[in-house]
Amino acid sequence: MFATANLPMARQERLIFEVSSPGRRCISLPPCDVPRKSLEKMLPPQFRRKTPARLPEVSELDVVRHFTRLSQLNYSVDTHFYPLGSCTMKYNPRIHEEVAGQEGFSRLHPYQPPEQIQGMLELLYHFSGLLKEVCGLPEFSLQPAAGAHGELLGMMIVRAYHRKRGERGRKKVIISDSAHGTNPASAALCGFEVVEVKSNGNGLVDLEALRKAMSPEVAAMMITNPNTLGLFEKDIIDICNILHEAGGLVYCDGANMNAMLGRVRPGDMGVDLLHLNLHKTFTAPHGGGGPGSGPLGVSKSLRPFLPVPRIKKEGGLYVWDYDYPDSVGRIKAFYGHIGVIIRAYAYILSLGRKGLLRVSEAAVLNANFLRQRLSGHYDLPYTAGCMHEFVLSGRRQKKQGVTTLDIAKRLLDYGFYAPTIYFPLIVEEALMVEPTETESKQTLEAFAEVMIKIAREIETNPDLVKGAPYNTPVRRLDEVKAAKQPNLRWDFSKA
Amino acid sequence: MDYVPHTTQEKEEMLREIGVGSAEALFEVIPERLRKATLRLPGALSETELADFFKGLSGRNGHLNQYNSFLGAGVYDHFIPSVIGGLASRGEFLTSYTPYQPEASQGTLQVLYEFQTLVCELTGLDVANASMYDGATALAEAALLAVRHTERNRVMVSRTVHPEYRAVLATYLKPLEATLVEVQACEGVTDVSALKDRIDEGVAAVILQQPNFFGCLEEAEAFSAIAHEKGALLIACVNPISLGLLSPPGDYGADIAVGDAQPLGNPPFYGGPHVGFFAVRKELMRKIPGRLAGATTDLEGRRAFVLTLQAREQHIRRQRATSNICTNQNLLALRATIYLSALGKEGLRELAGLNLQKSHYARDEICALKGFSAPFSKRPFFNEFVVQLPKGLTPDSLNNRLYKRGIIGGLPLGRFYPELKDSMLFCVTENKTRNQIDALVHSLKEISRGRPRASRASKVRGRGTQKARKP
Repeated sequence: MFATANLPMARQERLIFEVSSPGRRCISLPPCDVPRKSLEKMLPPQFRRKTPARLPEVSELDVVRHFTRLSQLNYSVDTHFYPLGSCTMKYNPRIHEEVAGQEGFSRLHPYQPPEQIQGMLELLYHFSGLLKEVCGLPEFSLQPAAGAHGELLGMMIVRAYHRKRGERGRKKVIISDSAHGTNPASAALCGFEVVEVKSNGNGLVDLEALRKAMSPEVAAMMITNPNTLGLFEKDIIDICNILHEAGGLVYCDGANMNAMLGRVRPGDMGVDLLHLNLHKTFTAPHGGGGPGSGPLGVSKSLRPFLPVPRIKKEGGLYVWDYDYPDSVGRIKAFYGHIGVIIRAYAYILSLGRKGLLRVSEAAVLNANFLRQRLSGHYDLPYTAGCMHEFVLSGRRQKKQGVTTLDIAKRLLDYGFYAPTIYFPLIVEEALMVEPTETESKQTLEAFAEVMIKIAREIETNPDLVKGAPYNTPVRRLDEVKAAKQPNLRWDFSKA
Repeated sequence: MDYVPHTTQEKEEMLREIGVGSAEALFEVIPERLRKATLRLPGALSETELADFFKGLSGRNGHLNQYNSFLGAGVYDHFIPSVIGGLASRGEFLTSYTPYQPEASQGTLQVLYEFQTLVCELTGLDVANASMYDGATALAEAALLAVRHTERNRVMVSRTVHPEYRAVLATYLKPLEATLVEVQACEGVTDVSALKDRIDEGVAAVILQQPNFFGCLEEAEAFSAIAHEKGALLIACVNPISLGLLSPPGDYGADIAVGDAQPLGNPPFYGGPHVGFFAVRKELMRKIPGRLAGATTDLEGRRAFVLTLQAREQHIRRQRATSNICTNQNLLALRATIYLSALGKEGLRELAGLNLQKSHYARDEICALKGFSAPFSKRPFFNEFVVQLPKGLTPDSLNNRLYKRGIIGGLPLGRFYPELKDSMLFCVTENKTRNQIDALVHSLKEISRGRPRASRASKVRGRGTQKARKP
């Protein structure tokens, strides 16, 4: 069994507040080497806090042991196969950590004048250039903090573009029923009305339904390609034409760019806006959920609306330029997630042109291989060849009383993180599997073997699977209790 | 290096099993004309070439360990205990993702629960989320919450709030057709009487920053009374280090407190990634944006942690979600949690005290120089202060000359406040030694007198050299 080898030694860890002992200290602060003034003189009593914040009182070893043990309760790419669909959990090279962590990057202040930081500005300028080439779009903003932030910015730009043209009536955004939840949420945050278009029987955008949904009120369509079923929207050129002929724009959610890297450019498809997820496709570590980075690329006619500031080269010097009167403004303080951007830049440089092709090739090969091995054992609702990920349905297993959630939990017992489950919403009991290109044939085979074993367990002993997980630090959680009696912070009175 | 593990033989075996002749065949579903792109990209770099390339770029930047810096204005150079880096870079934290499977993510979830508790303690509010992109977007999301909650569409913000935060607010409010009203400043703080005159029942929220952009302390309780009288929410944007000494927002009646936790153990990184925090009164709990970790029990009755109240979020509610936010800023929230744990109850108080002492020493010394003055000297301040330069000396030319002496001066304010074009914002944290402060003062004196560069001052540079020279 794989699981035991991966089991953490510690099963549970007390809260840092429970480890605390009054008066215990950890770090030593720099000395006060200036003449002291009285606190009263500097800070009148109405500004002062009456009681100190109850921060933990612990030693340095307490801190090290606590957080080390906590880390051991996690599954991660470094320790486990993590086939989380749509999240591209590929290996995160260690050289990127070293490169990005240099003090010549990490210890720069955003308000240093450009003359002091030419290396940094050149880096950002050239990185933008690489993204343009890889995606076939003429300009990128590096400001968005994450994919969802890029979407929000994209929708703001769509709005600004139509308003500039005097088309205030364009209030609808068309979104496929297989889209990520962030798509409708981002559109709604910009005041758009979301029109959902159903997918056809092949899991693709239904062109007839799309044509019917078109009207002079449509501002844009948001599309993911390959879509969340892992299928390439082969009619993408027609889709873009339908939108453009009606005066609308096409926004592409670039979450699945890993499948196209180096071989297909979204700009060539005709999309007007695209965000990338540097933490997915370009392997910046996911960090347990951030920081990400979601650069947004746009077509020529949308350039005036990108956020400020933007880098330009002026007399041999890189500088920030704020002079774009049609810009939607700023969506974040400063310039973007620089630390994440440097890692992505290092990745593209270490791949080169051929490496990018190898990445998308292996990502698609791995997904097809795994899909082939599993298709006899789980239902495959869409049978067309997949790209970098595929979606299974647990509906056959559900007839035995075992849900996709149970299957996910059982996988944890065998030392694998679970695929994305119950998404996309259009697949009953969905299991969305994205192996990524950095996993070996042996790992895929081991995973397939376990998935098949679980399918067999469901037939012979469904209760075993329904009771999973057994080998994790904690077992099935009471999520209803968590939501009904929210306990969102430590209660010191219980200490 | 592409990190693809397949050997040629393995690749062939896999293709055979799939039933296709070549990998190219797997892409045939894509229209051929889209598959013709040949990218103009450089060839692959080896690991050593990669390291050299980035060393070359980073070497062309003057950084805060080389130079004696007095920049703040939202991004701060604080001491980062070495214990943080080693723990936060553990692969189990670094390479996991949003804890969708709680049984396999207890480490991340417990850290978030601890982070939320720490934010509640610092801010004096009831509920905190698992973090936001940064302080500016946290503030914008707070304004959106207020607009939704009150069903009003005007937001009042003081001009003493960080100019870039105000810019982000404006960008976020525009698509919702909500209006941002700026309240003028008077002698370094918000003109409270102007606020009182202009507020009415159409205002969703009043926003203050404490300490404000100029480092000055606002009369926060007055804001609270004015806002609440008209049924508006009070949003406080705060510096977490200052809360070691300053009143927590909950004490002066703030309904929402936000800020940036970069000062808590995260490097400046040229402005990002940083990490926002977001705390509210209990009544607003179900309207909070972003991730929330909660405690519950598992099948065997053991305490366990899970993402909760997810009915607010985009993956469940789609266009009706409270926000489009998908993840948090986890790794940086982890660093902040380790930082506050290491600093502890007394440590944070002492640290805030050091900031206060050193910045006051610096302010007094600078303003004792002929021609230099502190226009807002009547107001209490925390670790930043505005200095007006002597006539004939512009902030940019001063900074150029300071840089040649190994000093990164304060922020010229003219870009954000034209009326303060002769003034600069200086920041002094616990990280500055007296020698470094004296070096700044000495250089200011010489530069303002038109003296050429002195030998002594130029030697006092960043912390690294300072430490080595200490007895």
